[in-house]
Amino acid sequence: MAEVHTHEADDHESAYAGLLVNDAHWAFGTDFEDPLAGVDTTVPEGIEPATLAAYCLMLGDDALVLSQRLSEWCSRAPDLEEDIALANIALDLLGQARLLLARAAKADPSIVPALPDGSPVPDEDRLAFFRDDLQFRNVRLAEVPNGDFAQTIVRVLLFSSWRLAVFERLVRSRDSVLAAVAAKGIKEMAYHRDFAARWFLTLARGTEESRRRLVAGLDQLWPLWPELFETHALEREAAEAGVAVEPFEVSAEVQVVLAQVFAASGIDRPERGALAGIQGKKGRDGRHTEAFSLLVAELQVVARAHPRGQW
Amino acid sequence: MIAVLHREEVLQRAWSAASSVVDPELPMLTLLDLGVLRDVEVAEDGAVVAAITPTYSGCPAMATMRDDLLRSLQAAGFSDARVRVALEPAWTTDWITPTGRSALAAAGISPPGAAPRRSGPVALSLAPIRRAIRCPQCASEDVALTSEFGSTACKAHYRCLACLEPFDHVKEI
Repeated sequence: MAEVHTHEADDHESAYAGLLVNDAHWAFGTDFEDPLAGVDTTVPEGIEPATLAAYCLMLGDDALVLSQRLSEWCSRAPDLEEDIALANIALDLLGQARLLLARAAKADPSIVPALPDGSPVPDEDRLAFFRDDLQFRNVRLAEVPNGDFAQTIVRVLLFSSWRLAVFERLVRSRDSVLAAVAAKGIKEMAYHRDFAARWFLTLARGTEESRRRLVAGLDQLWPLWPELFETHALEREAAEAGVAVEPFEVSAEVQVVLAQVFAASGIDRPERGALAGIQGKKGRDGRHTEAFSLLVAELQVVARAHPRGQW
Repeated sequence: MIAVLHREEVLQRAWSAASSVVDPELPMLTLLDLGVLRDVEVAEDGAVVAAITPTYSGCPAMATMRDDLLRSLQAAGFSDARVRVALEPAWTTDWITPTGRSALAAAGISPPGAAPRRSGPVALSLAPIRRAIRCPQCASEDVALTSEFGSTACKAHYRCLACLEPFDHVKEI
């Protein structure tokens, strides 16, 4: 007699049975209408709302764009642990970006791109998905292609060392949202920096090939490094109002951290000059490298195809 | 006096409803035991307002936590309930209660040790973090770190060298 296959048996055998019972649990993260719900977002006295918004975009875009690049490693990293580590780092940065973009929108609603009436897309998503490439204010270090794993490690080390030092000062910002984002971010950036620094050391002292790749990656990214310590006019304005950190302030401290990593790894500091801007304009001014438009296109294509989309 | 008593009773019932909500990713733990539920108050307009804080900036479970809290408060009769985000002070694993720690261990997840106390710039750490932890399965201390980044942002991944089982450890932050 043929075995009767009941629904119950099917349910028992299917790993997916039960997963669809409560759809709400699969809508993680996309429908908290306002990540700053109930948070006091009053613009502090003495700073132009537009300046505060621009500064939030700078720090938010750095995180958003690097998060997008790191996400490209998903399913492609050298092994599962590193795949998950890079995805975790990307997620932390995406969370920081979300808060910072939402804060920018609250400070100056006029920067938020307009969408058709009735569009449910929240402000921070509008800023992420409906601005054009020239409106992004991230440093170019965040946007260049990943290269190989070694080059990705170098980028995470450079970026997290710098951002950690900036956040350690930003906790004293007169803007309470920026101060809170920084205080939380310090814990995350410290993990990112340690992860990258340990891998830097491992690759430097690994095989001839791993060391060659690390040195090549460092050499490739080094011209983008000085840009992180240049103070943009808007950053100076925001810093003078007690809201922002002038990035040159963190230079000495960050160079000491790098020197420690280089010394332990037996790697020389590269001697390459800074990558020039376009007529003096760089990432903070919205002038980017060629690869950036492609990154933005991939980041935005789905959202732009569905401006009324509910996710 | 009656109004005061009533308010306190309302607050107590609201706390009790909010305290029963569990974390969507660590369902053995309530949001209160996780330290994510920061406050429950009655606003001037009479609404019950619960405050939650994200464990990590990118915590993807915030929306679900909010929905679960609202559902629980509404089921307890608070039709006018709100959830607000408390960004400051930042969440620390030190807020996980002793009950929460026991629940984690019972579920096979190694609870966090004391969060690092920092003064001045965060020091670079080139060696792997050393933690005195035990395998939640067999209690052996002979464990090895597989990765500082585990199944969720808040966990590191370990393996036990005695019973050979892998396990998660909640990272100290």
